[in-house]
Amino acid sequence: MQLDWPAEVHRELTAAGVRLVGYVPDAGHKRLIELCRADRKMRAVPLTTEEEGIGLASGAWLGGEKSVLLMQSSGVGNLINVLGMVSVCRFPLVMVITMRGEQGEFNPWQVPMGEASARVLETMGVAVRQAGEPQAIAAHVRLALTRAFEAQGAEAVLIAQKVIGIKSFQEQRSQ
Amino acid sequence: MSLHRRAVVKKLLEKRGDLLVVAGLGSTSWDITAAGDADLNFPTWGAMGQAAMLGLGLALAQPKRRVLVVTGDGEMLMGLGSLATIGVQQPKNLTVVVIDNERYGETGMQATHTAHGVDMAAIARACGFRNSEKILKEKDLRKIVHKIPGPNFLQVKVAAESVPLVLPPKDGIVLKERFRRALLGKSADVLAKEP
Repeated sequence: MQLDWPAEVHRELTAAGVRLVGYVPDAGHKRLIELCRADRKMRAVPLTTEEEGIGLASGAWLGGEKSVLLMQSSGVGNLINVLGMVSVCRFPLVMVITMRGEQGEFNPWQVPMGEASARVLETMGVAVRQAGEPQAIAAHVRLALTRAFEAQGAEAVLIAQKVIGIKSFQEQRSQ
Repeated sequence: MSLHRRAVVKKLLEKRGDLLVVAGLGSTSWDITAAGDADLNFPTWGAMGQAAMLGLGLALAQPKRRVLVVTGDGEMLMGLGSLATIGVQQPKNLTVVVIDNERYGETGMQATHTAHGVDMAAIARACGFRNSEKILKEKDLRKIVHKIPGPNFLQVKVAAESVPLVLPPKDGIVLKERFRRALLGKSADVLAKEP
């Protein structure tokens, strides 16, 4: 049976006291979004673009609340300018990002941003943690939460596309 | 145009009580500072388009406090999607005030979309803001900021005029930490809100 990494990540968020979850949907985040939406102690906020997640997380921190942002790698490019605020104010930030444009990608339009995601994040001062196996995801998220909220850092956990395993448009739609 | 931005913002912030205030990049950050710099002000010097979302994050984290976002028409236009996001969340304690001079004031007073008739109050209403109003002349806005359940949106048309720069602290860490200390007390230095 496949490891239920979304449930593990949800447990880490709960353990860290995360109450607010901003998200731009991705098929790879489907179950984690559902777990967060079903959790009465969490508020899951759908966003129109990833940028909004940075304002949401930063405003929440001003108010003393911990949050995370769930998104896919295609949205990384939308974040570049607003990550400047995260850096200059040293806002804690945790992003859990599912990768597109990697192994098994069926849509070539997803490839350029997927290939550039880690470099773009690092260029803007975000620490990148690559989770290549389902077993590694929760541990990376736990470390990212600690680093972000105890040391006021900006952290991204990238979940490899091979973990998500979507290989065709048909499979994505039927998820 | 009869309204003047500095007078409008000064009145909004008079006897502000424990109001939490976020201001958008540029002129509105200088406006709230001209009304009196305060620890519970978060004036932004960048991240254009994020003022309303900062306000939403703050309003959700502090549901018992009133939150006011003061921003410009250019800044709000860059984050129009956030009006839809706020409309979905329905924070009762959030008011967004757009000081609308129909210009990009920091870059040479070029016309914004509102100069060409884009109706932001109508957009906010369509996004689900409980109250949304275009303000064209002198009106007491205190009740809507402090009392009326939101989300509230006010598009205040003001004169396109140059006003003196009154600058808040520039260091982002200073702005963040002074805000958190004033709001959360000493625990702000080490902890988030306890789970």
